Amino acid sequence: MCLAIPAKIVELNGTTATISVDGALREVNVSLVEEPRLGDYVLIHAGFAIHKWDESEVKELEAIRAATDLREVLV
Amino acid sequence: MKTLVQAIEERARRVGRDVQFMEVCGTHTMVAFRTGLRQLLPANVRLISGPGCPVCVTDVNYIDAAVELCRRPDVIVATFGDLLRVPGSDSSLERERAAGANVRVVYSPTDALALAQECPSKHVVFLGVGFETTAPTVAWSICCAARDGIDNYFVLCAHKTMPRAMEALVKDQQVKIDGFICPGHVSVITGAAMYRFICEQYKIPCVVSGFEAWDMLKAITLLLQQVLDSRAEVEVEYSRSVTEHGNAAAQRLISEVFEPYDASWRGIGTIPQSGLAIRPQYARFDAARALTVRFGEAHVPPGCRCGDVLRGVLTPLECKLFGRTCAPVHPIGPCMVSSEGVCAAYYKYEKRVAA
Repeated sequence: MCLAIPAKIVELNGTTATISVDGALREVNVSLVEEPRLGDYVLIHAGFAIHKWDESEVKELEAIRAATDLREVLV
Repeated sequence: MKTLVQAIEERARRVGRDVQFMEVCGTHTMVAFRTGLRQLLPANVRLISGPGCPVCVTDVNYIDAAVELCRRPDVIVATFGDLLRVPGSDSSLERERAAGANVRVVYSPTDALALAQECPSKHVVFLGVGFETTAPTVAWSICCAARDGIDNYFVLCAHKTMPRAMEALVKDQQVKIDGFICPGHVSVITGAAMYRFICEQYKIPCVVSGFEAWDMLKAITLLLQQVLDSRAEVEVEYSRSVTEHGNAAAQRLISEVFEPYDASWRGIGTIPQSGLAIRPQYARFDAARALTVRFGEAHVPPGCRCGDVLRGVLTPLECKLFGRTCAPVHPIGPCMVSSEGVCAAYYKYEKRVAA
């Protein structure tokens, strides 16, 4: 099951991080991403961060999600 | 400025003929149905689902092996939730759990590993099902078990990989595939370059798509443009997450712990080099070897057409069991019971009765 919700790192302890998705907290393993930092947004799968997003990428996702009617989305 | 839907309609008009694009990811299947984007597509553009649901392509005999394991008093079976209700030959993990067997649903293989540490007198067997997105997380759990000496942790491995399966579908030629919508998170791990051989050898366009409906519509636009231009290239729609080469750390973990082998895909048969087996140096964590698991014959329930549905040859509506003997409350095959199964998607979002 692939969920692509940006999860923000709010605590970091070696290979374990606490991530927040709109306030819901979870512990995940960050050993698969390079140099995770507090405040980074990561993509989580099965309890592991598999990709780190930069701010522009998070903004892109938020813009996509803000579109409510697919028939009206402009390209 | 045009809307995305107008861009699709305009390209589809110029293409003229019927085209079929196949997605091979269970979550793409669900997004396509749940968001209603299929209804936005012009009549000559058809979206078909391939074998993108890892639970659905797992053979019945794997479920039977998991059931046999959970009946052993010294075993705890830890599994992702969507395997729980899949019917085996005569039972399911859910039914065994209801009868008192120790079956735990976990969110991550790290949870299964923690369970092994908490219950040293039990064999904890994690059901390793999933594609390239999940395989590195399971590989990590095995490396961790090796490093920390957690010798009561095991994996019953049924991981599979996409490229050879996609190639098998193309070579099969039973289904017309004019383009692939490539899986999003498999590609985060493997990198988009993995699909290039499909474009070069079989002249089929490949676009890696994200999981918002917008992403999939954008991917379809890109595929239509490739058809118009007579191009066959790998394009990444999901550029915010997918790179050319993928996640190197994850790939290293996969090659450290697993090696490719000729795996059996339910309903499709054996696809060479399409599965991941635990390497000999980690055999002590392989439940099949370490706990002497016998895999029986893979019997498919009579009338079940999951295999053909998974190859895109049949829609669920054309299966005689759909909506009659096979429904979410009493599923016959995995496509109906899995949260990402095509039949479940049709039942929930389209029709409930077979043609």
